[in-house]
Amino acid sequence: MFTEEILAAPPVTLPVDILRFNTCGSVDNGKSTLIGRLLYDSKSIMEDQLEALERSTDITGGGTINLANLTDGLRAEREQGITIDVAYRYFATPRRKFIIADTPGHVQYTRNMVTGASNANVSIVLVDARLGVIEQSRRHTAIASLLRIPHLVVAINKMDLVGWSEARFHEIREQFEAFLPRLDLKDVKFIPISALHGDNVVTPSSNTPWYPGPTLLGHLESVHIGSDWNLNGFRLPVQWVNRPNHPTDARLYDFRGYSGQIAGGIVRPGQQVIVMPAGLVTTVKEIWTYDGSVPEAFCPQSITLVLADDIDAGRGSMIIGLDHHTGTGTDLQAKVCWMHTRPLERGRKYFLKHTTSTVQAVVTELTHRLNIGTLEPEPAPAALAMNDLGEIRLRVAQPLYYDSYAVNRLTGSFILIEPGTNTTVAAGMLLPAREAVKPELGDFRI
Amino acid sequence: MPTSYHLDHLQHLETEAIHIMREVAGEFERPALLFSGGKDSICLLRLAEKAFRPSELPMPLLNIDTGHHFPELNEFRDRRAKHLGAKLIVRKVEDAIANGTATPAPGEVSRNRLQIPVLLAAIEEYRFDACIGGARRDEEKARAKERFFSFRDSFGQWDPKNQRPEVWNLYNGRLNPGDNMRVFPLSNWTEMDVWEYIRQEELEVPSIYFSHRRPCVRRGGQWLPVNPILPLKPTETVRDLVVRVRTIGDIISTGLVESPAATVDDIITEIAAAHVTERGSRADDKASEAAMEDRKKAGYF
Repeated sequence: MFTEEILAAPPVTLPVDILRFNTCGSVDNGKSTLIGRLLYDSKSIMEDQLEALERSTDITGGGTINLANLTDGLRAEREQGITIDVAYRYFATPRRKFIIADTPGHVQYTRNMVTGASNANVSIVLVDARLGVIEQSRRHTAIASLLRIPHLVVAINKMDLVGWSEARFHEIREQFEAFLPRLDLKDVKFIPISALHGDNVVTPSSNTPWYPGPTLLGHLESVHIGSDWNLNGFRLPVQWVNRPNHPTDARLYDFRGYSGQIAGGIVRPGQQVIVMPAGLVTTVKEIWTYDGSVPEAFCPQSITLVLADDIDAGRGSMIIGLDHHTGTGTDLQAKVCWMHTRPLERGRKYFLKHTTSTVQAVVTELTHRLNIGTLEPEPAPAALAMNDLGEIRLRVAQPLYYDSYAVNRLTGSFILIEPGTNTTVAAGMLLPAREAVKPELGDFRI
Repeated sequence: MPTSYHLDHLQHLETEAIHIMREVAGEFERPALLFSGGKDSICLLRLAEKAFRPSELPMPLLNIDTGHHFPELNEFRDRRAKHLGAKLIVRKVEDAIANGTATPAPGEVSRNRLQIPVLLAAIEEYRFDACIGGARRDEEKARAKERFFSFRDSFGQWDPKNQRPEVWNLYNGRLNPGDNMRVFPLSNWTEMDVWEYIRQEELEVPSIYFSHRRPCVRRGGQWLPVNPILPLKPTETVRDLVVRVRTIGDIISTGLVESPAATVDDIITEIAAAHVTERGSRADDKASEAAMEDRKKAGYF
């Protein structure tokens, strides 16, 4: 029951930003328990959720509340004690709002890790202190690196089961540091925890006097996520052409706007842009939003652009700042994570969705496959199987206007869709293009 | 880079939701937007305005009327749709029972199960290929596993083991004939975000969200509104309480919370101090541990 006293409480201060993170680890590494612990200790679990936990038949908790049941939502998961699919959780502290993607660790569900991690600011790899680095740890770390997740946390869990051994902590850390140089990870943090007992998750542990660093939550609250968005080169993939065709309002009768989410850079009225594939140069006349015209907009805002000239553009067109061209071409090189049981082979045809444009694509070469054991590339594999990471070449039916994934996540990423089943079979990350966009008609202006 | 190029959490959620709405308009032939008049779909409507103005909304609004709605909700729904100049399609469970497309089990009073065939029939009637709904992942455990684009077969079934991977902001909207997509632009929103957005956008909400005096009866551990569908039993007594709804379901299953909250600011303060989730006041979700999962597999949102 709510009371008058609550309403007299001081106003709630709004969280200032959102941090997205995902957790990955093998079955039984304690991911779900860790998330349960984060929610429980940060007081993000409500009484009815606790009641539901106590009501549910608990196979593994042995009399105490099983925190894993908070996240394992589906019946099959509770019965088998596993996580089937990415589960999203939300909580907020006075400093940040958090979106958690809990991604399962068994081999056949690696595609879910890619799903959960592709938008993450931070990836948490859980390691069982008794087992140390196993193939799954290397796979998850490699995927985090491939996706260029800005921050990685290695949470060494179940420290209580190795007697809170500092030596064991350092041993595992060294196992990691032995292969990290082969990957593209800039910020890696190691934290010794016990998710089951809560040590160093939200509250600092007295069992690890030798560990001077922050708790896991302390780190998540303070890690600098700055701007993950690319602000260096304006790109607007057109999603939808906004034409009211209003019969009586003359101003709206002529209105023609290009709606989309800015995928890079900043735009201002008066700025010169090139519209691809038309190849025509024009000027930004107005940045229209529901809340009025704005003098400036930036990635990842959703806007409607009005251009000075009538240009043939539609869904799939890309409006690009003239000062900073994208790459272009029909012969693409990309890293991919293969996510389907039917393997990828040379010559296969797919639909490729890149920004708002979907084109036909054929795989022309399998360049290499990443060996997860050694993290070394194996050249010219015959196929890429489910969960394989590798590099391929593709030819597409129409040129793409793109950046390399390393430069811009939004204009450098794509998915492959299998015709017929319409299943998403791959997540792709583009390597730099060999040519840049050029106005096809030279200095032509309309 | 100047720090002014920064979006706060509501701006982030807003641009993500607008992007998803426009993807629907761009990729589907015949989309619809599910509008009940509840707080989540009120936010959806504002996001649709932000996505598509100055044009008309490129999709009709659809509501499945269970016949057990709060009258305040239907009045608000009709008024809001009219104000926006949007086309509103209402399909009624009563009609489906009358013409035999939905059949109640003996003694079945709840319309929870019966609204599913009515929704599926409306999808078939209008050949909708995408339906935008206001479901949020923070509401319930099965919903926590939903994608933004939730693929459904021709029976409307959700297959949690076979969902399409969703990476970056790339959504796969390809369908075969008869397939259908449910789309949830508010997936990443929490109850608090919804109210903060309502405050920021100064959106009107139905009056029952605010504290009011109403005759209530204690059933199943919660206060329910006295209603003509489930009349009082001789053992039950009526209490006149100052209450509000936190989430709106049918009038026979929506628990009322005792609350003095009279403004959106009050509600936000109240949620911040809440000890139970919003779905904790919905008897339909308490039926079993997997109640929502089962309904989703049968074609529910």
